[in-house]
Amino acid sequence: MNDMSRLAGSAIDVETPKILARNVNVFYGDTHAIRDVNVDIANNTVTAFIGPSGCGKSTFLRCLNRMNDTIDSCRVTGSMRLDGEDIYDKRVDPVQLRAKVGMVFQKPNPFPKSIFDNVAYGPKIHGLARSKSDLEEIVERALRRGALWDEVKDRLHAPGTGLSGGQQQRLCIARAVATEPEVLLMDEPCSALDPIATAQVEELIDELRRNFSVVIVTHSMQQAARVSQNTAFFHLGQLVEFGETGQIFTNPEDPRTESYITGRIG
Amino acid sequence: MTHATDPALPVSTENGSLLRQDARTRRRNAAETRFKLYGVIAISIGLLMLVTLVTTIVSNGSGAFRQSFVTLDVELLESKLDKTGDRDLEQIKKVSTFGYAPLINGAFETLAAEQGVETALSAKEMGEILSKDAAAQLRDYVLANPDRIGTTAEFTFLANSRVDGYMKGRVSRDSIQNDKNISVEQLDFVDQLVNLGLIEKKFNPAFILGADASDQRPEAAGFGVSMIGSLFMMLVVLVLSLPIGVAASIYLEEFAPKTWWTDVIEVNISNLAAVPSIVFGILGLAVFINTMHLPMSAPLVGGMVLTLMTLPTIIISTRAALKAVPPSIRDAALGIGASRMQSVFHHVLPLAAPGILTGTIIGLAQALGETAPLLLIGMVGFVASNAPDGIVAGLLDPNSAMPAQIYEWAKRADPAFYERAWGGIIILLVFLVAMNTIAVILRRRFERRW
Ligand SMILES: Nc1ncnc2c1ncn2[C@@H]1O[C@H](COP(=O)(O)OP(=O)(O)OP(=O)(O)O)[C@@H](O)[C@H]1O
Ligand SMILES: [Mg+2]
Repeated sequence: MNDMSRLAGSAIDVETPKILARNVNVFYGDTHAIRDVNVDIANNTVTAFIGPSGCGKSTFLRCLNRMNDTIDSCRVTGSMRLDGEDIYDKRVDPVQLRAKVGMVFQKPNPFPKSIFDNVAYGPKIHGLARSKSDLEEIVERALRRGALWDEVKDRLHAPGTGLSGGQQQRLCIARAVATEPEVLLMDEPCSALDPIATAQVEELIDELRRNFSVVIVTHSMQQAARVSQNTAFFHLGQLVEFGETGQIFTNPEDPRTESYITGRIG
Repeated sequence: MTHATDPALPVSTENGSLLRQDARTRRRNAAETRFKLYGVIAISIGLLMLVTLVTTIVSNGSGAFRQSFVTLDVELLESKLDKTGDRDLEQIKKVSTFGYAPLINGAFETLAAEQGVETALSAKEMGEILSKDAAAQLRDYVLANPDRIGTTAEFTFLANSRVDGYMKGRVSRDSIQNDKNISVEQLDFVDQLVNLGLIEKKFNPAFILGADASDQRPEAAGFGVSMIGSLFMMLVVLVLSLPIGVAASIYLEEFAPKTWWTDVIEVNISNLAAVPSIVFGILGLAVFINTMHLPMSAPLVGGMVLTLMTLPTIIISTRAALKAVPPSIRDAALGIGASRMQSVFHHVLPLAAPGILTGTIIGLAQALGETAPLLLIGMVGFVASNAPDGIVAGLLDPNSAMPAQIYEWAKRADPAFYERAWGGIIILLVFLVAMNTIAVILRRRFERRW
């Protein structure tokens, strides 16, 4: 783990948290998927969620922008606050929330439309572009941030579904950043990417951190160590340990964390 | 490859050779071959039946599109048609078709004399080889061209259905022994006219375009007006069932919470699809005609009844099409802050469109071929002798529909109508095949992958 050396350089913002989750429980019908989780997502930081498969990382991530509302059997209890406001308040319109808290899904899911339309859709429905050239600019910037521009600039009107798996995932990232969210939730964004594209996406994450908060789910310990400032380790629906990434990786408090990051459970 | 033949390498067949099939593999392959054979047999039987069906329909029905016509010079006698001689249309109109019949009979007499046709028939009997429509045709001509009174004009009249049957081989001298409508002498006369080239079989556009005719004049009956009736009904069905069906499906599939209540609705819709169409007919009679006092026999009511029947089909296929759109597309739209409705209308619906269209067209095709409910609301029988003029009349005036017209013809006693029923079936099938082809083409065109 020679990536550990980099940790020293990452500064941590210790202001009031952007998102504050307290005693969060999630049920799918009778399955208790998340148990009493407390997490603070700080401003201008990258928070990594790690843990073995099926431990509830995606479930918790989806709670942060209420994507779980679309699953009928899913029930969420506890309190989650974005900038101090309860996001599960009855008065909150999830549509407005999701414009602020964007998401990149675990499986790439581009619309069966052109590459351009994929990226332009969000800015269009949120009225972010005043003119056509404005929109083109937004699309180009988003595609550049998604490290995809050079590969697709000549075929913006080709279908997005015709791209390779990794390109599709970067298209989805571009689509998510095009709406300029305040928090970006990324569910294993690099699982289908080669090392070069991964490095580009990590660079993007680091850049996004300047303005936004990023939450990233990853199965790669190295990636978590490289890009994040805070790390949360989930196990069987529980938050086992949450803290500074350096702390978690060099000196974990819980023995389960230690066994996981050293590859003994997972 | 070379290794297998290399003698230096010993071949070990202890665990069975790849070059020999073991008993188990042979049994599996035999089962597969048998299964393929069953499939081929099933498809062959199906094809054979289809071919039989199509040949039967075509051989029985193609005759309806050709009709025997008699060419005749008729002198439009002023003394009969316009006694006052001042060409006053009101006066000319007073002469009924009975007044025109003698002119036709006279024309035959003249013809027989001029061409040297030997016959014992009276002028009236000669005139009987023409359709009863002939006098009306003559009258229409005179009313349209009063200035031609006093001259001789050439006409092409429909031959009587018995004569037509004789020309087509359906009627013979033996078969008419007990027939009061035609005699052997008249057939002899027809033979002579055929030799003179005055009777011939021609393509008859009036069958496709014209209106039904009374029991006595099968040769004049046409399919066109009932086609218009069907067209208006389909319009009503499309306008009502597509929006209602699609809106209901979208609501049920995308918005409604999944409770026992929506389950009840779902089960009921599936049950409705299986309800016999005659039940919808009697429902339409009770509700639309007896309670709401809408007109009998109107395509509007027919369309409304067929809408009831088509809705379940459209709802079921639309819901299936919506279900087939992967949920990840909805997540993608919601994830960047689209509302539910935006996600449905911008992303889900376009992807489901081919399925919805196919379902709708198949539902329409079903409705187009439906007869039973129309019987109950009076859209069957000799209901319309003229094409409706205008859209309102098309919707509200009594009319028939294609399948009801076929049923009506098949029900009448005269075998000449039977031929027309088959002809009508050909036209109906052409429509159905065309609609299904459109469904397939649309499906191909709009189908997108994700
Ligand atoms: N839609 C659902 N309905 C019912 N149970 C679900 C649903 N989605 C997830 N679960 C259950 O919730 C638990 C957590 O799932 P989740 O997808 O959050 O895991 P994860 O940590 O993201 O795993 P992975 O790393 O494999 O993506 C699992 O036990 C899973 O079976
Ligand atoms: Mg997951």
